[in-house]
Amino acid sequence: MMPGRRRRSHSRRGRDAPVAGAIRPGKVPLHWRDYLFEENPWSRWQARFRSAYEIASAMRHNPLTVAGLAIVALLLLIALLAPLLAAQPPNLQDLAARLRPPGAGAWFGTDELGRDVYSRVLYGTRISLGIVMLVVLIVGPIGLLIGCTAGYIGGWVDAVLMRVTDIFLACPRLILAFALVAALGPGAGDAVLAIALTAWPAYARVARAETLALRGTDFVAAARLQGAGPLRIILRQIMPLCLSSVVVRLSLDMAGIIMVAAGLGFLGFGAQPPSPEWGAMISSGRRFILDQWWVAFFPGLAICIASLGFNLLGDGLRDVLDPKQR
Amino acid sequence: MVSARDLRRSAADADGGLRRAQRLKRSGRIAGGVVLTLLGLLLVTFVIGRVLPTDPILAALGDRLSGAAYAHARSALGFDKPLYQQFFIYVFRALHGEFGNSVLTSNPVIEDIAHFFPATVELATAATVIGVGLGVPLGVYAAARRDGWADRGIRLVGLLGYSIPIFWLGLVGLLVFYVKLDLVAGPGRIDIGNEDIVTPITGLLLVDSLVEGQWWIFFDAVRHLILPASLLGWYSFAYVSRMTRSLMIEQFGQEYIVTARIKGLTEAAIVRRHAFANILPPLVTVVALSYAGLLEGSVLTETVFAWPGIGAYITNSLLNADMNAVLGATIVVGIVFIVLNLAAELIQPRLDPRAR
Repeated sequence: MMPGRRRRSHSRRGRDAPVAGAIRPGKVPLHWRDYLFEENPWSRWQARFRSAYEIASAMRHNPLTVAGLAIVALLLLIALLAPLLAAQPPNLQDLAARLRPPGAGAWFGTDELGRDVYSRVLYGTRISLGIVMLVVLIVGPIGLLIGCTAGYIGGWVDAVLMRVTDIFLACPRLILAFALVAALGPGAGDAVLAIALTAWPAYARVARAETLALRGTDFVAAARLQGAGPLRIILRQIMPLCLSSVVVRLSLDMAGIIMVAAGLGFLGFGAQPPSPEWGAMISSGRRFILDQWWVAFFPGLAICIASLGFNLLGDGLRDVLDPKQR
Repeated sequence: MVSARDLRRSAADADGGLRRAQRLKRSGRIAGGVVLTLLGLLLVTFVIGRVLPTDPILAALGDRLSGAAYAHARSALGFDKPLYQQFFIYVFRALHGEFGNSVLTSNPVIEDIAHFFPATVELATAATVIGVGLGVPLGVYAAARRDGWADRGIRLVGLLGYSIPIFWLGLVGLLVFYVKLDLVAGPGRIDIGNEDIVTPITGLLLVDSLVEGQWWIFFDAVRHLILPASLLGWYSFAYVSRMTRSLMIEQFGQEYIVTARIKGLTEAAIVRRHAFANILPPLVTVVALSYAGLLEGSVLTETVFAWPGIGAYITNSLLNADMNAVLGATIVVGIVFIVLNLAAELIQPRLDPRAR
């Protein structure tokens, strides 16, 4: 059978399957609530929508979480639309207009080269969110894979991998990242690598703890009896279920990643000038803090807002998804 | 004939022996963990210092070497040996406190560290006192008033502490409290006029000046310490109050709390004598981790406040590509991490009410 055909017939069978008490779509005019809270969901997506709805409505009751979500959404929007929202290109210099206070021409003032601080802060969103996303994309899969492998296979593999995470967890993370960047050379890419190399053990820990609970379950035994190899079981049965706790942990850590990246930029080891990275902007505005406070103030405010948004969202997500907190 | 009493005694002996064996096993496990972690730390720094740079000799000595000098340095530094031998030599020297000389100060790195470390310890300790002193009681209170306004307020203050970059807050704090309001002293550990008056005994200015009865120096040092310690303390408060709250909430969900309520205990007694007593062991770890985190968080704070501690030393060495100093300081801070973790692990069982 052709793969395409098979998938279509499968989904049709799923939809038409006669389930007791099921309301068939297309026959009865449905309220979306009935669709969501149907006792016997007729497709995987319906069940997913339902759990998404339940998570969303649980989060809605916490105003702080909603605020966090709004901030993160706003940041994403700013990062996407930076060229439209900015008044000037971020690196456009105008030495005649250097160190102007905030006012009508430049909302956040101008810096020592006459660049518009407002525009630079907006473009800085791209760099910070970019670093966060890259770190998350590197750290999440690596942590999941190592944690699930250690937890599922057990024995000496587990002992060795967990000892390695122990070592990394026992090391001072920020200082290790600094030393790594010093060895690799400064730059945004190396900053990402340094943060990722020091961040993955925590996720491996979380994934392993989750895997230990899943290892003995019946559905894993069933998959094993059907002849699935360890790699298949880890990838298809265990990893999807560990995902939510790793995501919670990641969302809690995103603010920390922003801070470390900004700290590296502040010390001169992150993104290099003239790139409008927030930490680097604070560092160059530091010289003018006494009289031209705005040069360093607004990038710092941006870091505060961004990491507060991620912290609020992560906190809310944990409250909803982590059963231990209920 | 063996009497019942003898039987009981021998059973008790066996029991005691078992417990002793368990304790021995636990100590063995902890000791093994410490040794392995220490070796791992040395391996990580070895990789960073020797393997990652394309040419560690150039990294250590600069690129203006002649061919003969290069070859000499190569054999003198042991770079002509296989990597695993280099690692053994590295470990051996590190265990003897030899991290080489700092390129920047031309002193042995270990002497530099001994010189700069007390300032960091003073800052981190003051911050921990502030963070734990406020974080634990407010965390307990927030858990007891869960989802009320007090809880939300405390959580928000904590989240703000997490979210505000300390190097920026330091700059703003200096601008507001030092330049504009003139409430605290400026950057540095002490006024320039008061430097080198106190002879270092412990290296902690607050302690030394009190011991020697130099009241003016003590107040000057406090005026310098209060702002950076409060800002770092806020960061520590964020962590400690959040962990205390969630540990307490976990306890409040347990059945023994319901039992205590049914028995008619007052809420204050339940919180203090029952729930709080049970969170003490994990709380010790939280405090140890927070203290270790502050030693690390001081890197950025010290740069902003020109605080002459280990953090500023690391930053300066990094900026001057002084890898010996960076790696030596990293190892020392890592060892402090390991020791703090070990201390928490050793104290924990003594605080556990179930083990009494």
